[in-house]
Amino acid sequence: MSERDASGAVDLHLRQVRRFRLQDSFFHHSTQLFAFVVLATLVGILVSLTIEAWPSLQAFGPSFFWTNVWSVPDDQYGALAAIYGTVVTSVLALLIAVPISFGIAFFLTETCPPWLRRPLGTAVELLAGIPSIVYGIWGLFVFAPLFAEYIQPPLQDWLGDVPVIGGWFAGPPIGVGILTASIVLSLMVIPFIASVMRDVFETVPHVLKESAYGMGCTTWEVVRHIVLPYTRVGVIGGIMLGLGRALGETMAVTFVIGNANRINPSLFEPGTSIASTLANEFGEADPGLHIASLFTLGLVLFVLTFIVLAISRWLISRSVGSEGL
Amino acid sequence: MTLYTRRIWINRLGITLSMLAMSLGLIALLWILWTLFSKGFAALSIDLFTQDTPAPGSEGGGLRNAIVGSGLILLFSMLIATPVGILAGIYLAEYGRVSKFAAFTRFMTDIMLSAPSIVIGLFVYALFVATTGGFSGWAGSLALALIAIPVVVRTTENMLKLVPTSLREAAFAVGAPRWQVSLKVTLRAVKSGVVTGVLLAMARITGETAPLLFTALNNQFFSTNMSEPMGNLPVVIFQFALSPYENWVNLAWGGALLIAFLVLAVNIGVRIAFRNKDKR
Amino acid sequence: MPEQTKPTIENAALEVRNLDFYYGDYKGLSNVNLDIASNKVTAFIGPSGCGKSTLLRTFNRMYDLYPRQRAEGEILFHGKNLLDRKQDVNLVRAKIGMVFQKPTPFPMTIYENIAFGVRLYERMSRSAMDDRVEWALKKAALWGEVKDKLHQSGLSLSGGQQQRLCIARAVAVKPEIVLLDEPTSALDPISTAKIEELINELKSDYTIAIVTHNMQQAARISDYTAFMYLGELVEFNETSTIFMKPDKKQTEDYITGRFG
Repeated sequence: MSERDASGAVDLHLRQVRRFRLQDSFFHHSTQLFAFVVLATLVGILVSLTIEAWPSLQAFGPSFFWTNVWSVPDDQYGALAAIYGTVVTSVLALLIAVPISFGIAFFLTETCPPWLRRPLGTAVELLAGIPSIVYGIWGLFVFAPLFAEYIQPPLQDWLGDVPVIGGWFAGPPIGVGILTASIVLSLMVIPFIASVMRDVFETVPHVLKESAYGMGCTTWEVVRHIVLPYTRVGVIGGIMLGLGRALGETMAVTFVIGNANRINPSLFEPGTSIASTLANEFGEADPGLHIASLFTLGLVLFVLTFIVLAISRWLISRSVGSEGL
Repeated sequence: MTLYTRRIWINRLGITLSMLAMSLGLIALLWILWTLFSKGFAALSIDLFTQDTPAPGSEGGGLRNAIVGSGLILLFSMLIATPVGILAGIYLAEYGRVSKFAAFTRFMTDIMLSAPSIVIGLFVYALFVATTGGFSGWAGSLALALIAIPVVVRTTENMLKLVPTSLREAAFAVGAPRWQVSLKVTLRAVKSGVVTGVLLAMARITGETAPLLFTALNNQFFSTNMSEPMGNLPVVIFQFALSPYENWVNLAWGGALLIAFLVLAVNIGVRIAFRNKDKR
Repeated sequence: MPEQTKPTIENAALEVRNLDFYYGDYKGLSNVNLDIASNKVTAFIGPSGCGKSTLLRTFNRMYDLYPRQRAEGEILFHGKNLLDRKQDVNLVRAKIGMVFQKPTPFPMTIYENIAFGVRLYERMSRSAMDDRVEWALKKAALWGEVKDKLHQSGLSLSGGQQQRLCIARAVAVKPEIVLLDEPTSALDPISTAKIEELINELKSDYTIAIVTHNMQQAARISDYTAFMYLGELVEFNETSTIFMKPDKKQTEDYITGRFG
């Protein structure tokens, strides 16, 4: 072997080694460049939305965020109604989705017969795969009419006269409105919250659960006193992920929220959200303050979801490691 | 009631409620699917694939222009997202263990996975449509690609992390440079997983409507010119479903069925393919 | 290190001098000194965690893949220090091959598994490559079993065959030294016997260093044996000496099965 080294072979090897070094450094930097695309998109969104929103921010100042007016003829814009609708529908959606998601995760991890685990888990994931526009037309054509006929009138009869709460259920039962949007939204976020909960529940060490069972705990007690406290951080992360999804959801909400740019205490009344205002108005927006105000809405939505999602990811990665979903 | 029976009853109540929650989820899924199939099948016909979207007030019509448009927009967005996503995923898996930049990128990618897609539409509008002076198929592809990239990045990285360290070491042990270890050995070892990620990313963007509203817009006529506004299924569904014409609403259901069928077929298909792999 | 008898090695392929190794802050090896004899088999034995694999992985700088691991000291190979930062690791690994505990066929055909490494540093015609693949597979005593299915996946072979494919892959690039990291621990006794036979044949052309947890294996196949314990080289000598009359009590205890 060493004779071979003494001859030309060594030169060939060295040349090859130099080439490899160049190729590796090229590989390193080009893959890094592609990874940079994601970051660049994020920064690009913030910068371009801010630039486009600037005329509106300058004209209305910070009061844009708490002014309840949206008038194209007068060229006066304020975001309050859209922000209100976005926040209210998302929070209501979570109130419905969290207990159901917990029930699903509880069932899938603790009580489900093993042979059913996989098909049922897949079913939940399919629910997440259905495009949001399908939820939208289903909500508009199927769910809203049934809701108007069978759910809204009894709710009004039952709670309509109760002071304070009664006001939430006032108005004509027309099907579409804030509450309907919240319910459809909750269906959309259930699979996300449920699968995070299931994943974090599965991180609980078996010995921990077994020792609780060994003390004679029931399944419910094990989940309530062992699993939930152990996975608290991840569960909150999953809920925040659902919130992030709900805040930015467009099509499902646009179909059923009623698209009325006003604030009404009744949950039966139509409202609007940031995303649905954008979907409805952006295509035909007048250049100038109108389009700038829509960009401001987009910026608000992006910053809001960014914060919620950042907290969510941070909590989830603390809980299960950063495997992504 | 003794304490013991109380505990038993609470447990039964908890379990019953969890089963109720599970059935609620299943019912929602089946209900939506059933609606889709019953309303969508009524709209399915040869015309759906051979005729273009009808003008307001005219009878019949189909979705040919929207189907072709969606296909083209999807094709080009995946042509952008696949290489970018895979190479970025390789970067995170290969260099991501040590670099702060990589950890930061990974975190941001996770956020972008769930970022509101309508905002991506606004971004592409501001960056591309407003500056080049028009809505176009290219703008639509770009918007969808930006949504698909994070999905491809994270599945690629997660798959690469599953490669046994001994295989990577063995490739280095024959003196291979890092790029060959990555592309010719480890990436090849997880080829099917990466393909799955690409397919799931495609399924994810197939039904995306919001980002197309301000980018590809819509086109009532058949067109394969990516530089013009382009018809596409999601936007047609959105506009037709909210229209007063009965044939338009029917076409919307037919389109929704097509999209949902494609998305669900990909989702179920990759799961079956993967399960068979597990068993082997 | 206290005075001890050392084997007389005239022709050393590797000379390890004052080698320390760190995993972060933890010291994995301290002050290791030994020579690896050319065209002989050197075995490393010791209880798990003693540093024998760590030592082997410094010979081809495999630890370089992990940022928190580092080695200090010298390993001389043709008079040059392998651990030198300027030394190109790919070239080191082309000269010093390695076979791992678990078979690690690449996800490609049997033929490509072998041609992959050869192509990295040599340019040759298709027929020359065919010859090289056949030569390597014959060296690894695998040719007869796979000559009709060279274009099937390497993963389709049995565990023992996969391991011999890995040996063929390592020798195909014509290295000077072959490192074997517990190459038979995942194999059945029959495959193990075949590999041991193979090692015996390979030593006429290559210098071999093998880590094994199996003392009988070390006794059967090696010319020199190093006994390691807690990151230190306790005793290094001709295999017969180590097994028949070791210098150190620790070595004797381990060999007679009193600990480890």
